[in-house]
Amino acid sequence: MYRHLLAAVPLSAVVAVCNGQAVPSQVGPEPELPKPERGLLPDMVIAEPAEWGSKVPTVPDGYTITAIATDLKIPRQTLILPNGDILVAEGRGGNAAKLKPKDVIAGIIKARGTSPVKGGNRLTLLRDSDGDGTYDASTFAEGLNAPYGLALVGSNLYVANQDALVRFDYQPGQTKASGPPETVTPLPSEINHHWTKALAASADGQYLYVGIGSNSNITERGMTVEADRARIWRINARTGEHKAYATGLRNPTALAIQPDTGQLWAVANERDELGPNLVPDYLTAVQEGAFYGWPYSYWGQNVDERVRPQDPKKVAAAIKPDYSLGSHVAALGVDFSTDAMGGKFSNGVFVGEHGSWNRSDPAGYKVVFIPFRDGRPAGPPVDFVAGFRDNDGTTRGRPVGVTVDPRGALIVADDLSNTIWRITPTDKQQH
Amino acid sequence: MNQIAEPRYVLTVRPLHALFLGGAFALFLGAVLADTAYATSFDIQWNNFASWLLVGGLVFGGIALIFAIIDLFRPRQRARGIVPYAAVLLVAWLAGFFSALIHARDAWASMPTGLLLSGGTVVLACIATWLGFRTPHIRGSV
Repeated sequence: MYRHLLAAVPLSAVVAVCNGQAVPSQVGPEPELPKPERGLLPDMVIAEPAEWGSKVPTVPDGYTITAIATDLKIPRQTLILPNGDILVAEGRGGNAAKLKPKDVIAGIIKARGTSPVKGGNRLTLLRDSDGDGTYDASTFAEGLNAPYGLALVGSNLYVANQDALVRFDYQPGQTKASGPPETVTPLPSEINHHWTKALAASADGQYLYVGIGSNSNITERGMTVEADRARIWRINARTGEHKAYATGLRNPTALAIQPDTGQLWAVANERDELGPNLVPDYLTAVQEGAFYGWPYSYWGQNVDERVRPQDPKKVAAAIKPDYSLGSHVAALGVDFSTDAMGGKFSNGVFVGEHGSWNRSDPAGYKVVFIPFRDGRPAGPPVDFVAGFRDNDGTTRGRPVGVTVDPRGALIVADDLSNTIWRITPTDKQQH
Repeated sequence: MNQIAEPRYVLTVRPLHALFLGGAFALFLGAVLADTAYATSFDIQWNNFASWLLVGGLVFGGIALIFAIIDLFRPRQRARGIVPYAAVLLVAWLAGFFSALIHARDAWASMPTGLLLSGGTVVLACIATWLGFRTPHIRGSV
């Protein structure tokens, strides 16, 4: 017993020493993966919320950022409609019981780093009627259940609530839903530890892909509650029937279809409590039928010893994701860029990083751009929107969904300051 | 000639103190049993039970410890046997506290260290309870 007790003390000291050192190279296709570590107490550094005041996030030279909507109710994901209107999904989901004393304590601490506003459970429509870059907000639909993913296919507006995929009729120019939505299919919603339901429609509009997160960090709520979790469903838009398109993705928080190829891409958040530099969140092209490791292993065949019973066959079958975004950055948004974004930001993806809570040296809290070449990531991430968090911990915003407006703008939802940011190349600020 | 007659029966712990001491032992015992069930079944609910039983043991043990410390600071009324009792109870409480921290780890990460610490805690809590409840040996003639 004492051997274990004494062994635990230097471990936490090692954690403290490591934090002062340079972070191993963690981005790109081959991230450095240190050994798992966990001190007696987990590292927690929580954002200290502050008002933006006259400040705005920083963007590269040649780009301008403006807040086009404020005082929303926890905006998460956005959708650009064909006429340039922007739909914003607002809400806060999850129904996970606190099972351990640790859940009670961690819940109180983590809540300090998020907005106290109650989730809107609604869609807000933003419209710039005269093209001057200022938007008016109106409520498009209410009474939803933690809506998150949004997709438009023809006249069908699909919304992924935390418990069901629903469909509204949508006509161009509409500012208010004509009636309550129709349910396409229920989605796994018991507990909903990771409640966000990311959504993307296939290029031909026939299928809808829904990201369903795991019901725990690493099976600490038991294996039975993980049935139908940590996977991406492909749903037949017409019939509502589904199949598991890819599995073993711990929390696929955002999906996007690659223009030209029609390939489905996802960002996913990986497991916690293996140390500040494990496990990297990732961006990947989603291969049909593939297993990405959760919970048995991470980044290929790195076995997670916390899972019992183990499953060597599943470990052997696990494939590596394409591109590491870094550990604990909490990627919650992804979208493909377009030529209208201009310059070196025209070919690649934008990724919204909500920011870490369990890392003494915080990571994320920005929107990065990952350049692509020949349809694949090529090069390290570049900061596109930053300045959400100061070094002293003061945090004014936390980016979630990112959406590219084909007219040449990036729309970023910020669920801490309850703001929608619009970033445009300066020369076409007014489209 | 004066003769100091010590009371024949001296309680190291009084009833309320005893309630918390006995409760701590029972709760720590429950924790190690729950840990054993988790270690053999992988059923996570036992791990949750163990975590809460440890917290219960720490609350009860902590209150018993406060009684003991108050006694230590009242040398005139200090009961015999209070020093070894308090010392062992303190060590048991610390072992239980470390065990609780280990139990805050997710799933199997709390094993086997958590089981070993819970086992050590309950053994120490048992010794502390025995030290607390035994009738101190009275020297000399009565």
